[in-house]
Amino acid sequence: MSNDSLTIEHQPLKRCDLFRIRGRVDGETAPRLEQALRRVLENGRYKLVLNLAEVTFLSSAGLRVLITIAKECRRFNRGNLYLAAPNQRVQQVLELAGLDELFKTFPTEVEAVGNF
Amino acid sequence: MSVDAPASAHHLHITATPAALSTIRTFTEGCCHALGLDDEQTFWILLAVEEAITNIIEHAYAGRGGELDIRCWRADDDFYILLHDHGRPFAPETVAPPDLESPLETRSVGGLGLYFMRKLMDEVRFSFDAEGNHLLMVKRHAVG
Repeated sequence: MSNDSLTIEHQPLKRCDLFRIRGRVDGETAPRLEQALRRVLENGRYKLVLNLAEVTFLSSAGLRVLITIAKECRRFNRGNLYLAAPNQRVQQVLELAGLDELFKTFPTEVEAVGNF
Repeated sequence: MSVDAPASAHHLHITATPAALSTIRTFTEGCCHALGLDDEQTFWILLAVEEAITNIIEHAYAGRGGELDIRCWRADDDFYILLHDHGRPFAPETVAPPDLESPLETRSVGGLGLYFMRKLMDEVRFSFDAEGNHLLMVKRHAVG
């Protein structure tokens, strides 16, 4: 459970940008995730899919990043942030924070990408 | 603080910085397992502890780092964790409850950490005295 620092794989696609996030998103690593997502927004791309299947830990610091970035994506109806394949733990944390209904979530990344 | 850690409590003394989070996590996880908690209980305790420590780093020490003592123990089947820092006094009543209802566009992002701690633990008690901030969190029936 402990040796699972954050890795972020970014795959720019035609319709959107896909991020595969692995490991921990906590107070130590959340700034790195925010930086990676923000870099894409700065390039004028606001359609993001985050595959959370291999996220092992998600704290409020990580949720703050998701909320902040999703808000920016949705401004002026220019895009959105979709979640894909959240595992049970991630889903439980989203529910705890009352966020499970707010993010559009898909069982697979293919479905999420296909919805843009 | 009305509850003191027993001398046999697991103890970690560390400087509270974001980089220390992984050491704190490893310590807490080790304590949970040594004290007989399963992976499920351990996961949620680690989340509550992470929120508490992030709070200390950001608010008590305002990002400048400072001493932190963590003590974990078990009494019967209850799990206790006591955090002690020397930072600014923390007044939980000044933290607005999190916004759990608004649509995402207007959702505020604050207050979730404290909310998580209170949701995940059965008791969350803050106190402040001449020696600093004390935070006691208890998970009842954590074992068995």
